Amino acid sequence: MDSELIVQILFAAVKTGTPLLFIALGEVICEKSGVLNLGQEGMMLMGAVVGFLAAYGTGSAGLGVLSAMLMGCVMSLIFAVLVLHLGANQVATGLALTIFGTGLSAFIGSGVVGQTIQGFQPIAIPLLSDIPFIGKILFSHDILVYASFAMTFVLMFVVNKTRIGLTLKAVGENPHAANAIGIKVLRVRYLAVMFGGMMAGISGAYMSLVYTPMWVENMTAGRGWIALALVVFASWRVGRIMLGAYLFGLASIMHLVLQGLGWSISPNLLAMLPYVATVVVMVIISADKFKEKLLAPRSLGKTFDPRQMA
Amino acid sequence: MKLKSLLVSLGLLAGASFAQAEEPLKVGFVYVGPVGDLGWSYEHDMGRKGLEEYFGDKVKTTYVENVPEGADAERVITQLAKAGNDLIFTTSFGFMNPTVKVAKRFPKVKFEHATGYKLSKNLGTYVLRTYEGRYISGVTAGMMTKTNTIGYIGSFPIPEVIRDINAAYMGAKSVNPDVKMKIVWANTWYDPGKETDAANALMDQGVDVMLQHTDSPAPLIAAEKRGLRAIGQASDQSKFAPNAHIFSVRDNWTPYYIKEVQAVMDGTWKSQDFWGGFHDEMLTLASINPNLPKDVRAKIDATYTAIKSGEFKPFTGPIKDNKGNVAVPANHSLTDQELAQVNWYVEGITDEIPH
Repeated sequence: MDSELIVQILFAAVKTGTPLLFIALGEVICEKSGVLNLGQEGMMLMGAVVGFLAAYGTGSAGLGVLSAMLMGCVMSLIFAVLVLHLGANQVATGLALTIFGTGLSAFIGSGVVGQTIQGFQPIAIPLLSDIPFIGKILFSHDILVYASFAMTFVLMFVVNKTRIGLTLKAVGENPHAANAIGIKVLRVRYLAVMFGGMMAGISGAYMSLVYTPMWVENMTAGRGWIALALVVFASWRVGRIMLGAYLFGLASIMHLVLQGLGWSISPNLLAMLPYVATVVVMVIISADKFKEKLLAPRSLGKTFDPRQMA
Repeated sequence: MKLKSLLVSLGLLAGASFAQAEEPLKVGFVYVGPVGDLGWSYEHDMGRKGLEEYFGDKVKTTYVENVPEGADAERVITQLAKAGNDLIFTTSFGFMNPTVKVAKRFPKVKFEHATGYKLSKNLGTYVLRTYEGRYISGVTAGMMTKTNTIGYIGSFPIPEVIRDINAAYMGAKSVNPDVKMKIVWANTWYDPGKETDAANALMDQGVDVMLQHTDSPAPLIAAEKRGLRAIGQASDQSKFAPNAHIFSVRDNWTPYYIKEVQAVMDGTWKSQDFWGGFHDEMLTLASINPNLPKDVRAKIDATYTAIKSGEFKPFTGPIKDNKGNVAVPANHSLTDQELAQVNWYVEGITDEIPH
């Protein structure tokens, strides 16, 4: 393997990891507030189709991304009203959202199947992209990849260093205590869920505008589910999500690259790698009961009713 | 899905009771994917539409899309049989056993299963000779490649795909003795993202012409972005990559569906194992790119004519497998039954078939 090939592999790993990074960042914020939204795949598909429709109609990929973000928010709002306002079961509602999004996206996208658009073009960042090795891997992508870098660092800062982050974690760990000190638990959760929806929307737009600039039914092919695994893999830490997303990206690229190089490893085995990694991490995390409680938001998946005491 | 087929069959019943003259022949279709996949299921649905266009009021068609291979399939096929369909096409390999079971319970209904091998009195099978198109794809790729490296994106290592890989390689080798073929298994029939990754992995390693045995146009789009070439699969995929697209090997089910429906109408339908290719126009070369060099175009046309007329058969011996054994003896062309069981790579392919 020469160094040029390694650069190309890592470049591709970043690209493959980007949609996972977007959607997992959204989901981790959502989960940190104590809400488990299994509707990721549905929101992502809706983002992908609406983003494509908007970009196709207006000719502007930027408008496509904006519409996808908006669509993601709308989808997550449906979820939020059901589980936060009406106290519906989060798991069941999330699954329903995925099924709904899959079907609806296929329906509204049927008219543009087979159309193509000019997606985002790569922009090499001056100076940075000239750094040997790193420059090609990290700084010769399209604008959405840079946005995902920025988003990761902003979220790391907000979650770990600011009052907003503290409020978010308080709501996710112990909503009753948070409520008692005057935090509006439901409002925080609404915002967190909608942020998750927005990120799922961008992630979908990344698929249909950049990754494979077209729309076809079910084009995300399970990436929303991988994102859910990724959040666990990263043990609810923002920084680790970035690392995890690129590792997932690398694992899924490697199994294709190695085959091309003529390694006789079963492709099934290699395709399994990302999932095996997730299982291993989950086993390690669960082995230490105390640690697990530190990592997963304690009220994750539980309905909160402000009128009820803990 | 259930609701849809129920509504359609109710509609059919209502329609039938108002029909005055003879009742239309009812034909049911079961698809594994969405009709909007722009590949396999899409072309079957084009075949269904072609049927309606040809026969007009004399047929009524129903389809159920996105049917998983397994227990659900049996339920869907049973429903179609109960709804009074006279002829039912089940269009994916995984529908084989469900179709066999339902066919046993409805002896008066005729069934046809695509790409399978189990027959009974009221159950026939039909298969496409995709390897014919794949051979021409190989010839073209062998002539077009500048790096002498062509790529093949495989789905699953089943006989159909392995047969086609062999055909493509033999085609390429026949015009370019130095050609190498890199094979990557995507482990999916349909995942645009994964297919893009596979295409990029191949192109990173020096591949400049790609063939694919997966159904989305994603590899073509990836090739277009890099200014390289690729060949479309199952349906006409030219519009996705106006420069990269060489041609698409298009499945064309319409003539077969018309023939079979006509046979049922005439009372001459018989259960058989049917293989169709260029000769039957069930395979066509769609949208051959005008930007191809003249000699390449001429070779494509010549090879097409030779295969279509039956003068040339790709799997004619002597052919050795890549372990040195004789796979096809001299002066023998593989029969359809033998073709259905190809599980070896032809000499010159350096990879192993994954298990």
